[in-house]
Amino acid sequence: MATAFPFSAIVGQDEMKLALLIAAVDPKVGGVLAFGDRGAGKSTAVRALASLLPKMKVVAGCRYNCDPDRPAEFCDDCRARAAKGALKSVQVAVPVVDLPLGATEDRVVGALDLERALARGEKAFEPGLLARAHRGFLYIDEANLLEDHLVDLLLDVAASGENVVEREGLSIHHPARFVLVGTGNPEEGELRPQLLDRFGLSVEVKTPNDLASRIEVVRRRDEFESDTAAFLAKWTKEEAKLRKKITSARDRLPSVVVPDAALERAAMLCMALGTDGLRGELTLMRAARALAALEGAKIVTDDHLRAVAQPALRHRLRRNPLDDAGSGVRVDRAISEVFG
Amino acid sequence: MTAVAAWSGAVTAAQLFAVDPVGTGGVLLRSRAGPVRERWLALLRAALPLPQSFKHLPLHVADGRLLGGLDLNATLLAGHPVAERGLLAEADGGVLVLAMAERLSSATTVHITSALDAGEIVVERDGLSLRMPARFGVVALDEGLDDELAPASLRDRLAFHVDLNGIPVGDAEQVAIADADILAARQRLPSLNVGKEQLEALCIAAGALGIVSLRAPLLAVRVARASAALAGHAEVEQDDLATAARLVLAPRALLVPQASEEQQNQQAPDPPTEGASDDDSNDRPTPDLDRALDEVILAAAKAALPPDVLAALRAGSGRSRTRSQGKAGALQKSNTRGRPAGVRRGELRAGAKLNVIETLRAAAPWQPLRRREAASIGAMDAQPRILIRKADFRIGRFKQRTETTTIFVVDASGSAALHRLAEAKGAVELLLADCYIRRDQVALIAFRGSTAELLLPPTRSLARAKRSLAGLPGGGGTPLAAGLDAAFALSDSIRRKGQTPTVILLTDGRANISRDGGQGRPRAEQDAISAARQLRAAGITAVLVDTSPRPGPLAGQFAREMGARYLPLPHADATTLSQTVLASIR
Repeated sequence: MATAFPFSAIVGQDEMKLALLIAAVDPKVGGVLAFGDRGAGKSTAVRALASLLPKMKVVAGCRYNCDPDRPAEFCDDCRARAAKGALKSVQVAVPVVDLPLGATEDRVVGALDLERALARGEKAFEPGLLARAHRGFLYIDEANLLEDHLVDLLLDVAASGENVVEREGLSIHHPARFVLVGTGNPEEGELRPQLLDRFGLSVEVKTPNDLASRIEVVRRRDEFESDTAAFLAKWTKEEAKLRKKITSARDRLPSVVVPDAALERAAMLCMALGTDGLRGELTLMRAARALAALEGAKIVTDDHLRAVAQPALRHRLRRNPLDDAGSGVRVDRAISEVFG
Repeated sequence: MTAVAAWSGAVTAAQLFAVDPVGTGGVLLRSRAGPVRERWLALLRAALPLPQSFKHLPLHVADGRLLGGLDLNATLLAGHPVAERGLLAEADGGVLVLAMAERLSSATTVHITSALDAGEIVVERDGLSLRMPARFGVVALDEGLDDELAPASLRDRLAFHVDLNGIPVGDAEQVAIADADILAARQRLPSLNVGKEQLEALCIAAGALGIVSLRAPLLAVRVARASAALAGHAEVEQDDLATAARLVLAPRALLVPQASEEQQNQQAPDPPTEGASDDDSNDRPTPDLDRALDEVILAAAKAALPPDVLAALRAGSGRSRTRSQGKAGALQKSNTRGRPAGVRRGELRAGAKLNVIETLRAAAPWQPLRRREAASIGAMDAQPRILIRKADFRIGRFKQRTETTTIFVVDASGSAALHRLAEAKGAVELLLADCYIRRDQVALIAFRGSTAELLLPPTRSLARAKRSLAGLPGGGGTPLAAGLDAAFALSDSIRRKGQTPTVILLTDGRANISRDGGQGRPRAEQDAISAARQLRAAGITAVLVDTSPRPGPLAGQFAREMGARYLPLPHADATTLSQTVLASIR
């Protein structure tokens, strides 16, 4: 695979970077959607994240990336093997799986393994992209152009955390919990509202318009392309720092306190905006907690809530779909009402 | 810019593209099919060192062929799945030629652009999971008329935008490009770097020309490098930057560079000093040297702007910007391929599409049994590796969702504005919201003064629909005939794309401008009636919403002539209006 541009070398785009980091710290936040201008580095940021993620522990030989520390969530294979004896575990890179447009359903959910079926007459399941993405990230570039039947399928799996395959005489189910990351350009079409709702955080990406950052973007890109190795070496330190920040934020996360006052604030904010259901509040709370962990804070404060309110809520307003420019303004207004 | 100069620019573009096909992304070649275009392509072909291939991508290429998939023949022969490379992978190391790029579907566009970005393609199809290198340059043949353009996401990634329209064959001089020169340039390319000031100057120039995307300056950097390599310069020189500005930045310009241009005209003799500080880079004092460089680049870019573009930009840069963005969605056909709706057992009759992979899957479990069976009757030697019976055939089923495009034709004339333009806008917005839920496309035509204007070509982007609606001014005469003609023309083109148009006309029916722009009610009404009859004859579903305060027989008559449902709404608010319209088009 082509070498990814270092995450820390991305100029500006603070909201997008923050959202991705939050998702890396707490996958429960529920995915990131980055919508915006062409050529502003949306895909670059997602691909950069992949090389930044700390490794994770999986059961050796498991095709579904089962977590050895969570036997309750094992796939059937691991369960059977665990009953026979202790499982070995290995460290692997967190998967960031591309769901390319034009993918066929059998590759997404998995299907009968053709090779084994043809050569040996065995009925074996070949896991698809959803299995590969378990405990990692599933990335859809141009998410707004994804075919409807694949969107339906994703919605189902994302909601249940499990992939159920019933085809060709196979009856398989395996865990499939992943962080959905989507990017796209709104000029090319809107995202289906149901899919929009699945993303925890939604960020708007704009091409920087101040000259200094524009020059810096072009310069770094040019440097990266003309001498990739040297550029990567130059940024190793920053990358290592950031990786460490994610790791320690993850360790700290369970101990970050969310005081009742913050919960109340979150609820007030959602009420003021009239968001549907509880998902807004939950995401707001989780994102603020992840941010606090990233910053090394022990308690979630108003500042944390304020910083993540836009990405956590802007796509959840009971919205007039025409009023896309207005949703950000409405969130801002609600923030100033609630936080004074 | 003269035709000769335009041709020489096109030739330079071909050379520089040949030097760095992957880095520069490619060439957008706007030209009708003809001898000039052929000559340019022949020239490029000669310039590309062998064995670089020219791969032609047909317009309606299927995903399977584009991306690759299962090779049926080889799979059956080998007895295990064999992958087949798609066109994108086959183009690796060469040049991909896109025919009729202005009609490229959004799905195909995305595959091409993501291959351009990643230099490889990822295939997850037919039980295969492959990653294949796909590093190629693109030549997009764009035969669009004024308003049609290749998809914006593709244009953004191609460094060279070359327009051959308007170049007579006589001016398109035969130029021989030696591929040895190109090869030598390629060798020099890696050692050439664009300096810090030079890079800044290109960024500044792009900014001054109103170019938003950052790919433009980046592509300009690469073109400057290719130019230096071709010229045999030891390092990138001012000329190279000027060439890059002319070929990459100028065709993308949305603004006429103001300050610098005037300065150059007025005080050409003495090099620019004051006045430079009022520009963007206030926090970082720019040395005079850089400023001079920007000026050179800007002047080069400006000289390359065609005169009519310059005039249009001067007349209203804002409009030109929205138009160029508006086209982005306009040409992207939505997903008209049928949605796969499972497979069934079936026979291979005409029109049935065999789903190879599912057929193989159906046959797979039976192989050992069939082989034993074949062996028992001694027929094994003659049998192919995979034994497929008729009962294994699986036919793909597709659900073709017909796409509806709702065309709003809004009367924005003085009489309508007086009455209820605001309400009509409100109703259109509500209808748009409904279209959004059904994922319909919408288009917006407004008529006022003496003409009708297509404010928004068919799109699914509601944000844009809303924007163009909000900016709709009212006032002037009522050229109803022009509005209906425009609606008819658009409906026709939508039908040709295999989609279903629905026209929603909001007017008070008081036509007073005839087709030729003349005033006078009787003729205007007659023209409008004949325009209305066209719509009826074509059998286009239409709704006429009478927006006059006291609905008269006039609008009703038009509705009958159009074969449209008539909705007099004297006192309805926007919500009622939208509900009624929806009920009547269902």
